[in-house]
Amino acid sequence: MHKIIKYVVADLLRNRTLLVYTVLLLVLSVSVFGMEDNADKGVVSLLNIVLFVVPLVSIIFSTVYLYNSGEFIELLVSQPIRRSTIWMSIFIGLAGTVALAFIVGVGIPVLLYAATASGAMLVGCGCILSLIFVSVALWAAVRIRDKAKGIGLSILVWLYFALLFDALVLFLLFQFSDYPIEKGMVVLSMLNPVDISRILILLEIDLSALMGYTGAIFRNFFGTGGGMAITLVVLVLWTVVPMWLSLRYFKRKDL
Amino acid sequence: MITIQNISKRFGKLQVLDQVSLTLAGGECVALIGPNGSGKTTLIKAILGMVIPESGSLLFQGQPVGQQWAYRQHIGYMPQIGRYPENMTIGQVLDMMKDIRKMPEAELDTDLFTAFGLRAMLHKRMRTLSGGTRQKVSACLAFLFNPDVLILDEPTAGLDPVSTELLKDKISAERQKNKLIIITSHVLSDLDGLISEVVYMQDGKPLFHKSLQALKAETDTDRLSAAIARVMAVHELMD
Repeated sequence: MHKIIKYVVADLLRNRTLLVYTVLLLVLSVSVFGMEDNADKGVVSLLNIVLFVVPLVSIIFSTVYLYNSGEFIELLVSQPIRRSTIWMSIFIGLAGTVALAFIVGVGIPVLLYAATASGAMLVGCGCILSLIFVSVALWAAVRIRDKAKGIGLSILVWLYFALLFDALVLFLLFQFSDYPIEKGMVVLSMLNPVDISRILILLEIDLSALMGYTGAIFRNFFGTGGGMAITLVVLVLWTVVPMWLSLRYFKRKDL
Repeated sequence: MITIQNISKRFGKLQVLDQVSLTLAGGECVALIGPNGSGKTTLIKAILGMVIPESGSLLFQGQPVGQQWAYRQHIGYMPQIGRYPENMTIGQVLDMMKDIRKMPEAELDTDLFTAFGLRAMLHKRMRTLSGGTRQKVSACLAFLFNPDVLILDEPTAGLDPVSTELLKDKISAERQKNKLIIITSHVLSDLDGLISEVVYMQDGKPLFHKSLQALKAETDTDRLSAAIARVMAVHELMD
């Protein structure tokens, strides 16, 4: 297994897009921290960029990469290697390098300028989001044979998590504003890893006071050990489930 | 060596393989012939586990293949269109395959590597290669690990006459070692003198599986192309 990971990683480290992504994150983080004196303020400014850019780049880059390595996968499948080994290696290689790009691009500036709990939470959430969206990209790319359609689907998936989901939540919020739906909001937020990350980081900065009664409920839930454990499990599920579905499909795929 | 039992595969509405059953033994050199779209490549890919049949089973050296993968180390496969990672050089591709197959350097069969003069091109990137050079790399990889079964899908397409002869000599040499060789080709004149058996596929089914001698005797010709032409003519008359 490590052999294939080695080839995937070697290929990805020479990839120009990934390099540009790293430099872009680095420039953004350094300039944001350079402008803000307060570390927490810097984290909040960076938060919005990270929650927008990381899922987008992770999912689109991975989908394009998977379609472009179609030949490589085909070559490997005709060799004496397990299909699950091939697929797992590609996931580990991709997720590892995309997360590494994030750690270099955001992790290092955070360590230098804002080595706080909120900063650590930002880096942690960014890494998990990278893994989740690589995993979703694997699922999209394995299901759809056509490259253009596959990339289209990943853009749609990103759009859903980044914008449409929040719009839906707002809509529900206004429709049911007469009812006590605060606990429902916690459950609803679990359906979107981007939202989970946003809440986790905002709670670290103590901005929950601005979120009113819902903020208090969030505080109560995410602030406890049990709540955090459930959140972590949900995030791991978000990584594992799409990956597992794609693996199951890949094992039966005709190449 | 390879037993195929009632394999069926359908791509959407198209029945690509329809209850195919074949028995292929070591020491045979089988020509898989048939019109375009008759399921030759799909059958080969099913043997390699690249296409997963809906029904039927495949036995390799008496063992059912199923979801197994280790049996592929006994197969050398030369695809119809060799597709390789575009950014890798020939040397890197060869090294990667050696790394995956884990065969000691001394046991490698580098005859074709030497014959095709690939050593001088090791640093060339795959994307810059011509179709013929790609075919040479594919052929070299298929023979490199000294496999018991060689599956060659249109091996001579795109090769120059000199390289074609080199490849044919190599195939003949391997046949002497009691290996099973499966070749598909539309250039029937290339197959004459190379093969011992003929499998003729049409509409996803093997129409017949005969030895070359029997086929020639039946059709009263001494060339494979003439024999196949006659069989096809008779078949069309029957339709």
